[in-house]
Amino acid sequence: MSKLYSGAEIVFKCMEDQNVDHIFGYPGGAVLPIYDELQNFKSIKHVLVRHEQGAGHAAEGYARSSGKPGVILVTSGPGATNVVTALTDAYMDSIPLVCISGQVPTHLIGTDAFQECDTTGITRPCTKHNWLVKDINDLASTIHKAFEVATTGRPGPVLVDIPKDIQFQKTKYKKPKKEKKLNGKSHNHFNQNSIDELIELMSKSSKPIFYTGGGVINSGPRASELLRELVYATGFPITSTLQGLGSFPGDDNQFLGMLGMHGTYEANNAMHDCDLMINIGARFDDRITGKIDEFSPKSKKVHIDIDPSSINKNVKVDLAIVGDVKTVLSSTLKSLKQKKSKFLKSNKQKTSNWWEKIQRWRSVRSLDYIGSEETIKPQHAIERLYELTKDKDAYITTEVGQHQMWAAQHYKFNKPNRWMTSGGLGTMGYGLPAAVGVQVAHPKKLVIDIAGEASVLMTIQEMSTAVQYNLPIKIFILNNQYMGMVRQWQELLHDKNYSESYTAALPDFVKLAEAYNCVGIRAKTPEELDDKIIEMLNTDRPVIFDCMVDKVENCFPMIPSGKPHNQMILGPKDQESKKITGKGKSLV
Amino acid sequence: MPNSKSAYSFSNKKEKFDTHIIVVWVDNEAGVLARVVGLFSGRGYNIESLAVAQVDEKLKISRITIVTTGTPQVVNQIKLQLRKLVPVHKVADFKREDKAVIFKEMALFKIVGSNNKLEGALKACKKYNPVLLDKTKKSNVIQITALRREIDKMSKDLKKFGLVSVSRTGAVAMTRGADIFK
Repeated sequence: MSKLYSGAEIVFKCMEDQNVDHIFGYPGGAVLPIYDELQNFKSIKHVLVRHEQGAGHAAEGYARSSGKPGVILVTSGPGATNVVTALTDAYMDSIPLVCISGQVPTHLIGTDAFQECDTTGITRPCTKHNWLVKDINDLASTIHKAFEVATTGRPGPVLVDIPKDIQFQKTKYKKPKKEKKLNGKSHNHFNQNSIDELIELMSKSSKPIFYTGGGVINSGPRASELLRELVYATGFPITSTLQGLGSFPGDDNQFLGMLGMHGTYEANNAMHDCDLMINIGARFDDRITGKIDEFSPKSKKVHIDIDPSSINKNVKVDLAIVGDVKTVLSSTLKSLKQKKSKFLKSNKQKTSNWWEKIQRWRSVRSLDYIGSEETIKPQHAIERLYELTKDKDAYITTEVGQHQMWAAQHYKFNKPNRWMTSGGLGTMGYGLPAAVGVQVAHPKKLVIDIAGEASVLMTIQEMSTAVQYNLPIKIFILNNQYMGMVRQWQELLHDKNYSESYTAALPDFVKLAEAYNCVGIRAKTPEELDDKIIEMLNTDRPVIFDCMVDKVENCFPMIPSGKPHNQMILGPKDQESKKITGKGKSLV
Repeated sequence: MPNSKSAYSFSNKKEKFDTHIIVVWVDNEAGVLARVVGLFSGRGYNIESLAVAQVDEKLKISRITIVTTGTPQVVNQIKLQLRKLVPVHKVADFKREDKAVIFKEMALFKIVGSNNKLEGALKACKKYNPVLLDKTKKSNVIQITALRREIDKMSKDLKKFGLVSVSRTGAVAMTRGADIFK
């Protein structure tokens, strides 16, 4: 007879078999039996966070930078509710997470027991799937299934809720089934005809554009390689969403920069005027499309996505290819080489006018800003950070707001999995714990959280985690004392009524760093900025960098909501002439 | 929305709504109905009626029939989103006008009144396979099976015969002929 294992042991046996090496968690009454077993499984390292939301975001950072699922372990009640924000964040940005939560013993479920909550009920809308395990014999298969659901198809978070009595009960351990049955949820549903049609559209187009998103990153590093191959083989321009940055080199001439609300002038105009839009792994989010009725009116649209429900959700497309980006791109390249081996040559002529037009848009230099000798411009700070770290293969996380957009605009990414930001949910407080997770996955790499002072205060307690595990993350705060993006909207749309967007009693971040026993650095002038950044980079400990920037700088260019792509506001100079007034204002 | 100031755009487009009957085959496990219904409420889809019961005891499969309204785009989303749920096996979608599909709802009417009225009520139901489930001197319980609008009509018409209580199910659906939905 094979050995009997307790539920708690089975949790770790499953993790071993799923090649989990790190879990992020916080103990509590309903998971104590699991924590009791932790010491017996040496291959699994636990990272103790300071708040369960931090565990969730750290697991996200871990997952996004490594391509492996992030694993979270939390207790019942508040442990589970605290992780809800991170689960929702992961659901919106398609990040694979497996969350194990403790639950009160089965006989107490429904009695309003201490630290009881309806965890599976609360997390049902923010997970791909969740399970309440009521029978010890289902535990192993459920956990294995959880990993499968989280990582296959369009990735996402899952949760397994385990009552405390189940953690104590004993049964035999079942290994994961080798064969992956997907219950019809597999996602390569395209055929050669669609690929042929795509190539036909590509060869006919004179104003094409690739519009790529996080799906390319999620499909693995190979997808990024194939994307580069395809973009070079066609000579087409390419733009990327916030989540897709890094799948194509940010400094390449074919790259038009990010598109969308704070995207470049050339990317948005090219999207508006193109005759063929090839969407690869993006989802026509409302921050991307602007006014949907006037979105790219003259183009044929192709949508490559692993999730059938993404097709025709926001924008009707002419050709849908449902499949994994990697597989679709590989088929496309194969067919292209066979059928149109001289594609680039024959096509150059056709797209030359298009490229000229793009160059004209480019010459507007929409990311330019007015520099200053006295105060540090936030854009300048990012540019200097980029220049001083671009050869270091840095991993960048962000919080949410102006700093996030400036980072996306001015930091150029050349590799996938180097850029971790909360896009769909827009979670302030994401970046610091995410940096913790990234550094856990890549101990020797440079990890920087480009932060705002308001966002970072939402999860600042995780500095304590970074110090405990010697994770030398760099928190680069663009400190303008305002919730900058809120202030910007209030300035542009709410008659400069800066309602509650100024933080009057900020902590001294240098002293705060010292209180956490890490290093605080402050830069006040453009003159000292470089030296201070270098000092930060040379510090092999966690650093909080307080970069005092211009308080009222706005993030441009910008498409006000309710406007199409070709009606952007450029910089401060352009603002006077295109002031949002009357009807436009009401739509934003 | 003339004076609204929001971070989002607004749509003033009015599109035509169609009525669809969505049939979903699911694993009969804890919380599965909440998943399906939660998907509808969470994404703002309508549910006009709902009928659910286990149909295969051995495989533990339940069949959920949902009557919904929406634009073609919304109905398409409903199907695609349902298919993504882990316990969902298959999803069928029928238009209410579809002649190849039978739709039925059941209703129970309680009539209280004189003999005359009781007989009148039974007679009025004649077209809809009335079954007299319970009879006393003063009351009848009549079961009919019919379409939604027919039951709506009967619920009104029977008032004059002393209708005191109505209980009705959601619609269930089945294709005509030998074919089954795969």
